[in-house]
Amino acid sequence: MLKNFKQSILVSLWFVFLTFPLLAVRVNTMDQVVVWRWMNMLWVAIGAFVLSYLWRYMLARQQVRKQVADEGGETRSKTQLLLEDMSFRYKAMGVILLAALVFPLVFDTYQSTIMISALIYVVLGLGLNITVGLAGLLDLGFVAFFGVGAYTYALLNHHFDLGFWITLPIGGILGCLFGVILGFPILRLRGDYLAIVTLGFGMIFKVVMENWDALSFGPSGIANIDKPSFFGMDLSLADSTIYIYYIMIAMVIFTILVTTRLRNSRIGRAWIAMREDEIACVAMGIDIARTKLSAYALGAFWAGMVGVLFASKTTFINPASFTFMESAIILSIVVLGGMGSILGVILGAFLLILLPEYMRAFSEYRMLAFGAAMVLMMIFRPQGIISNLRQTYKYKGSKEKINNG
Amino acid sequence: MAENKHKLLEVKGLTMDFGGLRAVDSVTLEVYEGDIAALIGPNGAGKTTFFNCITGIYNPSKGDILLHPKGLKTRRLNGLKPNKVTEMGLARTFQNIRLFPDMTVLENVMIGRHCRTNSGIFKAIIRSKSVRDEEQQIVESSYHLLEKVGLADFANEFSKNLPYGAQRRLEIARAMATDPFLLLLDEPAAGMNPQETSDLEQLICKISAEEQIAILLIEHDMKLVMNISDPIYVMEYGKKIAEGSPEEIKDNPKVVEAYLGEETE
Repeated sequence: MLKNFKQSILVSLWFVFLTFPLLAVRVNTMDQVVVWRWMNMLWVAIGAFVLSYLWRYMLARQQVRKQVADEGGETRSKTQLLLEDMSFRYKAMGVILLAALVFPLVFDTYQSTIMISALIYVVLGLGLNITVGLAGLLDLGFVAFFGVGAYTYALLNHHFDLGFWITLPIGGILGCLFGVILGFPILRLRGDYLAIVTLGFGMIFKVVMENWDALSFGPSGIANIDKPSFFGMDLSLADSTIYIYYIMIAMVIFTILVTTRLRNSRIGRAWIAMREDEIACVAMGIDIARTKLSAYALGAFWAGMVGVLFASKTTFINPASFTFMESAIILSIVVLGGMGSILGVILGAFLLILLPEYMRAFSEYRMLAFGAAMVLMMIFRPQGIISNLRQTYKYKGSKEKINNG
Repeated sequence: MAENKHKLLEVKGLTMDFGGLRAVDSVTLEVYEGDIAALIGPNGAGKTTFFNCITGIYNPSKGDILLHPKGLKTRRLNGLKPNKVTEMGLARTFQNIRLFPDMTVLENVMIGRHCRTNSGIFKAIIRSKSVRDEEQQIVESSYHLLEKVGLADFANEFSKNLPYGAQRRLEIARAMATDPFLLLLDEPAAGMNPQETSDLEQLICKISAEEQIAILLIEHDMKLVMNISDPIYVMEYGKKIAEGSPEEIKDNPKVVEAYLGEETE
């Protein structure tokens, strides 16, 4: 404790020394005097001290936790224990659902639009969570599947006047198909190589869409895509936003439901086992090729579906919406939220999408803050905001165990 | 050796080359029903490579691996994928423990049930009664296996938090969950203390006797091998140099030479 304190003071003095010529001394060339800005030095000293102390404190805490884990002690944090409590979970879910349902009635269209884009990323994050979080297959070109869905709707709507609701499943299935197409060539790849190929896939999608004018109308994109119809009625802009918001809420609930079920199924366990140890997994009789393909296909399914909704929400798409940056953000959502944790991914999506929206004033520092947050996260919570909860099962004899304490 | 016993595994002239290196050189080996066979030899003799060939991790350069399941057609295992080999009823453990660290002990065993169950993606989403029943069955049978290897109390712990000896036993339980008739154990007693080793010895005998699972094990702990296994196969530099009962092996000059070096005047 005292050692940390001393070191932090040293660090802050060092920072004062380093920044002294820049921040304290100012030569006023007009009056030929030197202005000494001592207040600046004080701020630097305090800031450096607090940051350094916090840094050390966090590192020490992490060390303690690791020690406890090594000794086989309780490693679950309080939040985790709270989350494992079922009755609390149901109550919390009820409150959140209620808040989500009244949100567009309380706030204006602008807020709803922001919320819709956050929800889109929630679904994208949950989709990628299957591939990256559960199955452990890095995918840096995930946005391509999103683009497949968006272009599916845009093109089908443009050429054949197909409606939103018919295209929704088609977009999902096409996403799936492209997932399998990507999956086949990279079945044998691992680690860095996998990352490179998936990255390439994302790039290829964008380049093809930019240059294949006959299909995609090139960089000028496709405009005037229909918004979702509400039993054939024409809705005003505000109403239609609210409508899309509710569709999005339904979609998020659907995604959560399905991904939870998948994770807790035989397939989900196979994914997790594959992530943990591929050789042991195959030695246990699990078909790796099939498991990998299903992970890609089911991850891409959600991206394809939500892509359809994205196209109908913006009514205009062009390849610029599907850059590598988007893939990176979706991946960050999964990593930041907690690989494999559904709740974590949802929180991660809200944090990463809503914070930049509401902090537009600092938008110049956005990437800086983003990078710093990622680095800090990797040092202090490599498992993400909410790490995966332990799954417990009921079996004969589990009751006796509880009674015995 | 009794002639009326059913032959389960037959390996004929198995050879494995890595480039110019011949890691396994025409090894022939048989495992009969009810056997606890052992494969011993100095480090680098090619024992684990031999295991990897049988279980499909490597595709052997030459030779035949024939599996004779009781009441079923003989199958040649050469070139089959590891998961197919496991489906045929041949399960294995690993020399350096390969559990799924971030899954609970029970889930680790449940993975072993994967190839004996078959609900697919759509069924998992709909989660009908039959799927729930199957899930519950997986849980129950996995828990039952944990009881057998004495890990029932740890069922909901993460497997990475288990003590070393328990991790070894969990690996055995996981392999048994695949319903094998032949179990390949790669150095099950490595790194265990004498108490854990003797527990393991009992466990292996129990599995062999109660479950009617034949066992082929690689082991360096001679006490364990001499106590429980018959026959014993000895490998050195990729070649099989001896086979026979523990007594025969003990007195075999070739084996003594392989382990202790040549006698000098």
